[in-house]
Amino acid sequence: MIEKNKSDDIVSGVLLDEHYSLTLTEFCNACKVETRWVVELIEEGILQISNQELVAETNDNWRFTGVCLHRARKVKRLQQDLGINIAGAALVLDLIDENERLRMRLGR
Amino acid sequence: MEYKDYYKIMALDKNATQAEIKKTYRKLARKYHPDVSKEPDAEQKFKEVGEAYEVLKDPEKRAAYDQLGANWQAGQDFKPPPGWDAGYEYSGAGQQGFSDVDAAVFSDFFESLFGQQAGGQSSGFSSSQRTSHSAHSLKGQDHHAKVLIDLEDAFNGATREISLQTPKLTQQGTVTTQTRTLKVKIPKGVKQGQQIRLAGQGEPGHMDGNNGDLYLELEFKPHTYFSVEAHDLYLKLPVTPWEAALGSKIKIPTPTGDIELKIPQDSKAGNKLRLKGRGIPAKMPGDLYVILQIELPPSDSQPAKDFYKKMAEQMPFNPRAELNLRTDRGV
Repeated sequence: MIEKNKSDDIVSGVLLDEHYSLTLTEFCNACKVETRWVVELIEEGILQISNQELVAETNDNWRFTGVCLHRARKVKRLQQDLGINIAGAALVLDLIDENERLRMRLGR
Repeated sequence: MEYKDYYKIMALDKNATQAEIKKTYRKLARKYHPDVSKEPDAEQKFKEVGEAYEVLKDPEKRAAYDQLGANWQAGQDFKPPPGWDAGYEYSGAGQQGFSDVDAAVFSDFFESLFGQQAGGQSSGFSSSQRTSHSAHSLKGQDHHAKVLIDLEDAFNGATREISLQTPKLTQQGTVTTQTRTLKVKIPKGVKQGQQIRLAGQGEPGHMDGNNGDLYLELEFKPHTYFSVEAHDLYLKLPVTPWEAALGSKIKIPTPTGDIELKIPQDSKAGNKLRLKGRGIPAKMPGDLYVILQIELPPSDSQPAKDFYKKMAEQMPFNPRAELNLRTDRGV
């Protein structure tokens, strides 16, 4: 056993689940992207925001879940690393999800 | 420091054209991309390929690398010969700051040859995206790590200690890595693949920028008998033919302790019994599904054989009725 260092406190983060909520500004900062890019992802159906009916209007009321953040960051990496466009990234995400479900099923 | 054979990493010939290099990089990047790949060590391989491509895609760097000579073997202890890069100038050196994909992920070997400034971009696709968010570039980079947890941790919550490699800029302008350990709370009710975001626990910002964030991806260790899908659990339960046929009450394990399960009469193999709310706890708790597997006792003794024969005589039963066989003579 390694002796515990008194100074290292336990840190807790936030779980990126359906209940976690970010405003557009917080979301853009977390992903390091611009609003324009986020709107594209919403239009492509990659991100589901609450208050979807307000898309056309002011975006102050948009709320993004932790699931959105996880997905958006994935899209960003796919775009940067593989040169995929947003529609392609949307397809990749869907296929990854399906693949994972099938893998689970295979494993049991 | 180990010598790295960039051609070998990319499985390329030393005479490969720039077009071939690009094509191979794209192929390998898709194969090993950590978000897509199921290959073991995908992340490590993706980084290696990125580093190799960073050198080989750039004719200046490639020429400099090539003139190190062909006598080096991958993994061999390496020291750059003095003045090895005389006469080579790197157009990128000193101009690029750190971008999203960091130089720090590159090996010591790369650093010793090209310095940390040269590795501003490891990816071959300099999308407009990357350059357009320069306004945020003072924020430190985000870190990403995987954490293995036990199924029980999702039920009870847990604390996990993780080690992170943090690159640090020395006074001489070179990069070293520092290992730092962090104790992280894993909350109750997590799902496979879910992430925890630790704001400010990523890389330090540059100048007065904020620290980057740390993202931890949770992965369940395979469990001996439960498998997990979202918040639901699956258990394959072996039962005897008489338990399934007559119905019975049997003891089964759950992550919170053993319980009695009622098997209904005439249960079939593959039948799923749902135990509501016995899955991973959450606001909408998951369920536990028990999948019945009917196991036959072996006919390894004369009495057992006689018993099976007696069953055949006394219980006319055709399990292949749906196959519409023309003549099914039975036993």
